[in-house]
Amino acid sequence: MIGSLGQPLLFLLALGFGFAPTFSKAGGGSYITFITPGIISMGILFTAVFSGIEIIWDRQFGFLKETLVAPVSRIGIVLGRVLGGATVAMVQGTVVLMVCLVAGFRFDRTIFLPLALVFMFLIALLFTAIGTSIGSVLQDMQGFPLVMNFLVMPLFFFSNALFPIQGLPKALQVIVRFNPVTYGVDGLRGSLSSNHGYVFGVGQDLVVLGLLTAVLLGIGSHLFSKIEL
Amino acid sequence: MIEVRDLVKNLGDFRAVDHVSFTVTRGKIFGFLGPNGAGKTTTIKILTTILHPTSGTILVNGHDPVRDQREVRRAFGIVFQDPSLDDELTALENLELHGILYSVASGDRKKRIEELLKFVELWDRRNDFVKRFSGGMKRRLEVARAFLHRPRILFLDEPTIGLDPQTRNHIWSYIQQMSQEEDVTVFFTTHYMEEADRVAGEVAVIDHGKIVAQGTPAELKERTEAKTLEDAFIALTGHTIREEEASSKDRMRTMARAWGRR
Repeated sequence: MIGSLGQPLLFLLALGFGFAPTFSKAGGGSYITFITPGIISMGILFTAVFSGIEIIWDRQFGFLKETLVAPVSRIGIVLGRVLGGATVAMVQGTVVLMVCLVAGFRFDRTIFLPLALVFMFLIALLFTAIGTSIGSVLQDMQGFPLVMNFLVMPLFFFSNALFPIQGLPKALQVIVRFNPVTYGVDGLRGSLSSNHGYVFGVGQDLVVLGLLTAVLLGIGSHLFSKIEL
Repeated sequence: MIEVRDLVKNLGDFRAVDHVSFTVTRGKIFGFLGPNGAGKTTTIKILTTILHPTSGTILVNGHDPVRDQREVRRAFGIVFQDPSLDDELTALENLELHGILYSVASGDRKKRIEELLKFVELWDRRNDFVKRFSGGMKRRLEVARAFLHRPRILFLDEPTIGLDPQTRNHIWSYIQQMSQEEDVTVFFTTHYMEEADRVAGEVAVIDHGKIVAQGTPAELKERTEAKTLEDAFIALTGHTIREEEASSKDRMRTMARAWGRR
């Protein structure tokens, strides 16, 4: 838990303070306020994907194997696992949020806080489901760096987590718009600060994220129930 | 209790199990012996529903592990080769969870857990976290857990590997006693031939995916004119060391040891 806080904190401190002067000179306002939702999403994203991928390990050397031979439905097991993983990721995101508050982040839409939590949970759920799908298919940990470098890192960097989507080159904008992280960050950012608001609108954020989560939960459950040892 | 006819399992283009047939009689302790990579674990996985066979017919407690997964799963208990306890829970919590997974009624569950924990001499340590247990204690706990839901069949995949003789003897005496008292059929694999000789009523020797001999340990020794079961085993399977390539699972196991997760 403490270990996985390191990376988001590093980004918060290095980028948050490093780019702050440039960002506010360019008229973007407080950069800490801007990237806090991005950093929270990052914390959730990493923890969530990892908790899913842990299946590779757990089914061979862990408790998961015990549940796979038990007379219970696989769907029940996978839903329990995903909810558990998403909850841990949520807690992780909340801790990051608190650290950001200490670092100078201020949210000015207190009544929207529950909505922010909903977005955090959706991000957590979506990416635990993605991690679960990957973890159910991969046979060993060898593929793990591949997933990290070619899926998770790009998902984070090619989103609106660190920079505003407006003013990006056209090609990049298309990529960013196809990235589910973008909608999570946008929803979270809009719910936390009125200054930046929702770029896509809260409705679109919720629908895109919600639908995608449902689809991925379905795929994840299917792949999980097909696991052979 | 277990009936296997013409079982075949291909893993990629490698035939891990090649037309294997055997029968395990109810209440018997059956040893499944073979060198590394012979197909023992693959067979256990198929019998316990976690791997689908390529072809063949199987009945475990009268049910087909492919079609009636749920029924088969209810009927057996298992101790895996690799640990499968939740390290972050106490011994008691691990058993509680197992009881719930197998829908053992709560009153009965409490009683049964106490009995079994006392039986494997872990009752005093019931509230300790499993991560603080030694390898032998974990194994004993796993044996207790496997019996919790009163299975008809117990599968053991190298249950005593890496344990000292004292612990091995204890574990076998628990298993033998429970098997007799509750009429549980036991199907186990091991590399310790003197162990198989001592506890197994019947053994089958598998090599390169095929059964090369089956019978009581005495019969096998007689047939090969060997003094010990180990000699009989060597006579049946040859002297060649099986050079298996380390599978991804072996690599992970090494990693697991390095990280102290065992």
